[in-house]
Amino acid sequence: MEITARSLWTLVHGMGFGALYLLACSGVLVELCRRYSPKSESPISPRDERFLTVYLIAMAVLAWITVLTGTYIIYPWYRAVAPAGTVNLAGFPQMLLKSSPDTIGWHSLGMEWKEHVAWLVPISITMAAVVFARYGRNLRSQPQLRAAVLCFTLTSFLAAGIAGFFGAMLVKNAPVEGGRVIHLMHGE
Amino acid sequence: MNKPEPSASADSAGLPNGSGAAAILAAGIGSFMVALLAIAADNFTSLKSQLNFYKPSGPLSGVTTAAVVVWLIAWGILELRWRSRTIALGRINAVALFLLGMSLLLTFPPIADLF
Repeated sequence: MEITARSLWTLVHGMGFGALYLLACSGVLVELCRRYSPKSESPISPRDERFLTVYLIAMAVLAWITVLTGTYIIYPWYRAVAPAGTVNLAGFPQMLLKSSPDTIGWHSLGMEWKEHVAWLVPISITMAAVVFARYGRNLRSQPQLRAAVLCFTLTSFLAAGIAGFFGAMLVKNAPVEGGRVIHLMHGE
Repeated sequence: MNKPEPSASADSAGLPNGSGAAAILAAGIGSFMVALLAIAADNFTSLKSQLNFYKPSGPLSGVTTAAVVVWLIAWGILELRWRSRTIALGRINAVALFLLGMSLLLTFPPIADLF
């Protein structure tokens, strides 16, 4: 059982950071909708408030790590240009996708959207984390602030979902492969 | 025996919303800049080459870096101006969410390609 270094990076970027971000989104949306609603009567302890602050900051860190690894580590491998005359485009995912009318859409729509829409995620969630850290339980009495934080968090969820979906489909159609081979275990 | 924990934040009375408004509007501006710069880089070859900050990633590196810089500058300026004020948040939210919605639409290639 083995995996290439580039595959491992793609896995860490998508299944590690990206998927974890998507999972974390549902938690924060539920908290903001239920506990911080102006209609909610359950008390919010400073401990609960601190927990959500740390949770949101962790989400922001995850979002930044995801887009930075995507843009500066994996994307260069994806868009690598094959030398003239190369027949096997397996190591050049963008060129491989563009070489067939059946797969070009995964690049021209999928990657083109993913590479930009993903950057809305860290911007939105950083704002949400900072506003929550500043206002905390006071969001209950500032419904417009809470509404904005909720909308931006929801949009970050949507944008991360779009990026995640296309990331998975791109890997399926033209995996980023190459680099050092890492042996995970020997089969029997 | 557990001591009661101190309150983590002040009461909402006396806590101006200006800081929050600054963060919200700046996030809208930053998001919109991602879409705007991506479209601009696609349409103007000279801008595209200028935004090629890191060659292996191409213009995407410049588009996103420039958008983040604009976002942070806008946030800093708005924070300085609004931090101790109470702002009419309805209008700020409307503008920020409009910019955010536009950035979602404008990053969608079939719409971006119309420009």
